[in-house]
Amino acid sequence: MSLHSLMQWMADTEWSIGLHESRYAYSIIESVHVWTLCLFVGFAVLLDLRLLGLTLKRVPVSEITTRVLPWTKAAFAVMVVSGVLLYYAIPLRTYHNVFFRAKAILLVLAGLNAWAFHNGPVYRRLAEWDEAPVLPRRAKIAGAFSLALWAAIIFLGRMIAYNWFDCDTVQSAFIDSIAGCVR
Amino acid sequence: MLLPYFQALENSAIGQAIRESLWLFPFIEAFHLLALAVIGGAVLLVDFRLLGLGLRRQPVAVLAKDTQPWLLGSLMIMLASGVLLFLAESIKCYYSFAFWTKMTALALAILFTFTIRRRVTLADEVRVGPLWARVVALTSIALWATVGWGGRWIGFS
Repeated sequence: MSLHSLMQWMADTEWSIGLHESRYAYSIIESVHVWTLCLFVGFAVLLDLRLLGLTLKRVPVSEITTRVLPWTKAAFAVMVVSGVLLYYAIPLRTYHNVFFRAKAILLVLAGLNAWAFHNGPVYRRLAEWDEAPVLPRRAKIAGAFSLALWAAIIFLGRMIAYNWFDCDTVQSAFIDSIAGCVR
Repeated sequence: MLLPYFQALENSAIGQAIRESLWLFPFIEAFHLLALAVIGGAVLLVDFRLLGLGLRRQPVAVLAKDTQPWLLGSLMIMLASGVLLFLAESIKCYYSFAFWTKMTALALAILFTFTIRRRVTLADEVRVGPLWARVVALTSIALWATVGWGGRWIGFS
């Protein structure tokens, strides 16, 4: 079974139709997604800005990672759950949406960047630079990458709503192939 | 009473230009959302601290001062991009319950943030009781959450 037909099947499930057609459920889940964005990206951005030495310079990095990061992670879980529900409400169109596809790739990159930083050699020597106002280059690079990636992810997330490159529009073969349109 | 003014704003050159462009409105929306994330972090970090969560070992005043430029900067971007979005669909906003809720909450949130909340966050902590600090934090979160909710729901109407 191709992913396309899997999404077609998902779109025909009772719960997907229910979410899609509900008067309030979809909008409420969207609102939760946006609210949690403030918490998740807001706190992630603060850590990135700290790594870049642009805010909270007097606060040890370890204090942010132990006291704020758990909230960031919890908020990320809510982001994922609400995001999955939004996808589940409109699976077929979203699957073929070029912005969604780009967003999914960048989400993986953001995950890899965070993983590499928190498990890398610089982070292991955190105690040495914990309270420094200006941090090692590697830490700054991780912060800058994270900022750029999350900005792009927010941008692409907003664009998913627009149907410029949907498969029911006449468009170039190139975009058609990126969107994986079945003609 | 206000409708003629909203009509004039809708017909403004900027409003028309944004409406006629395919990309402009979504792009401005995206910038609005980017600034939302930053303002969310700047507001919530301090509100969490007032609630006794997050960076508890830091004085409230230090967090408030450090995040202040980001709060102000993102608020400016929010307001500028918000005005542009409003100009593109003033009449829709005029008839939108979510819009009026958002504007009311926004006025109250800005007022509250730069008066009562500012005094509490910059004050000597010993003089601000923990209960009062919590009330201020919860009020701030409730007001900004209403602003965010209203913003998202203008799009649904």
